[in-house]
Amino acid sequence: MLNKGWDEFEIGAMLRSFDGPTSNIATTLQEDRPYSQSNSFTASVADWRIEKPVFNKDYCIDCQFCWIYCPDMSIISRDKKMIGVDMDHCKGCGICVEVCPTNPKSLLMFQEKEDEETVLAAWPEKEAKEK
Amino acid sequence: MAFDKMELRDIEVWDGNFAAAQALRQAQVDVVAAYPITPSTPIVEGYAKFKADGYVEGEFVMVESEHAAMSGCIGAAAAGGRVATATSSQGLALMVETLYQASGMRLPIVLNIVNRALAAPLNVNGDHSDMYLCRDSGWIQLNAFNAQEAYDLNFVAFKVSEDHDIRLPAIVNQDGFLTSHTAEGVKTLSDDDAYGFVGDYKPMNDMLDLDHPVTHGVQTEEDWHFEHKARQHNDLMVKVLPKIEEVFADFENLSGRKYNLVEKYDMDDADVVVVCMGSSVETAREVALEMREKGIKAGVLGLRVVRPFPFMEIAEALKDVKAIAALDRSSPNGAAGMLFNEIAGTLINIDTKALLSGYVYGLGGRDLTKAHLTDLFTELQANVDAGKLTTKQQQFIGVRGPKLSFL
Repeated sequence: MLNKGWDEFEIGAMLRSFDGPTSNIATTLQEDRPYSQSNSFTASVADWRIEKPVFNKDYCIDCQFCWIYCPDMSIISRDKKMIGVDMDHCKGCGICVEVCPTNPKSLLMFQEKEDEETVLAAWPEKEAKEK
Repeated sequence: MAFDKMELRDIEVWDGNFAAAQALRQAQVDVVAAYPITPSTPIVEGYAKFKADGYVEGEFVMVESEHAAMSGCIGAAAAGGRVATATSSQGLALMVETLYQASGMRLPIVLNIVNRALAAPLNVNGDHSDMYLCRDSGWIQLNAFNAQEAYDLNFVAFKVSEDHDIRLPAIVNQDGFLTSHTAEGVKTLSDDDAYGFVGDYKPMNDMLDLDHPVTHGVQTEEDWHFEHKARQHNDLMVKVLPKIEEVFADFENLSGRKYNLVEKYDMDDADVVVVCMGSSVETAREVALEMREKGIKAGVLGLRVVRPFPFMEIAEALKDVKAIAALDRSSPNGAAGMLFNEIAGTLINIDTKALLSGYVYGLGGRDLTKAHLTDLFTELQANVDAGKLTTKQQQFIGVRGPKLSFL
């Protein structure tokens, strides 16, 4: 979008999602799609975030809850395996953490500035079930 | 085709609403999203009945408000279909936000406005308040003086609006009740001729082209917004009037009925001229002829196209006139009337000494009688004889109480 000149827009400010024609786009992985510059996928909104989710794969059971519930399609999952979070589009809403069923959770929210390796090293222990 | 054709007589007795509904059927509109409001309801009701009876193949979307009606039309137009709806007055007022969306997104939609007063006080009768309300909305606005023209102008509206060089939505105005509910003889087109004239809908950047996904209704901030608005204004100023004239010529070839950007009646040698819109044009024409029998060279100028405003055509038509009355059927609420102002603009830089006065009339369906117009032409002739305005620049016609005049 940033590089699009003022006189390059089409009538009605209509924007094309992809460069050139596409087919079977729903079954094409995001990294393989020919996103155009004006598609919001190519823009980072990481600076909208105050808190960030951190993913700890040691506890993840690949249940896909986070992938289903994420309102911004920012959970990256391939072949039903959780890979991580798309930090260019995640807005830090925390829903993925809320729905994570593992104990301890495999996703937790931290301040944006916190170091990922440090928080992973200090991940909470399994909580004892209340009887 | 999955719908039946309708056999029409050469001349049918239709009111303006039914004439417009028949035009929507004959244009084979794909989507009508509508919310009922007096006096425009029979237009969309008519389309719905034609659809239920198998005379048109399309979708009738019942929505919860006029805002939703136009929003539905915008979605359908962006998806790539022929779209129309109708409204009046308060409904149009609720629709206004989306009117600007439709024109800015350059989507072809035909909106029939059956002109009606705006509350308060609530009033269902005809005046031009609603027409004036959306005059800066970027829509093309055509003006029908009778049911025949309401029918004809719908076809013209689709053809102009959907042209890929234009891609701007179009309004067809007709007077509430005076035109919309008055049955008169309407010369018809056959279904084949009418559809052949409008032609198949040609999509452009449609959302249903799944191989070329597009986003409509984007946000552009200070970097881009001005250029889009300027381009839209440019197209309205440069492209639309020639296209309308081209389509008028095609329509004349088909139907024998000739339309012009401004309709001139007895204007060739006219000294005193009334400029007005809607059904008043026909009353004024009749009175002008009577004035001529009395030796007053009277003429009438009717606006066929309200937006884009036919500035140069009006200047040309009025350049040799001595006294002009601009009739506004909408309260300017603290200013000179819209027509007064626009016409003053056309005259200010040409070499004319015409005396221009403005009149507000007919609010809320108040009649404009022949007697009113006789007095008006007489007053204009008095201005000519005196060589100056004998009245203030703004007056009211047909309102009770002490005489109101301003400016």
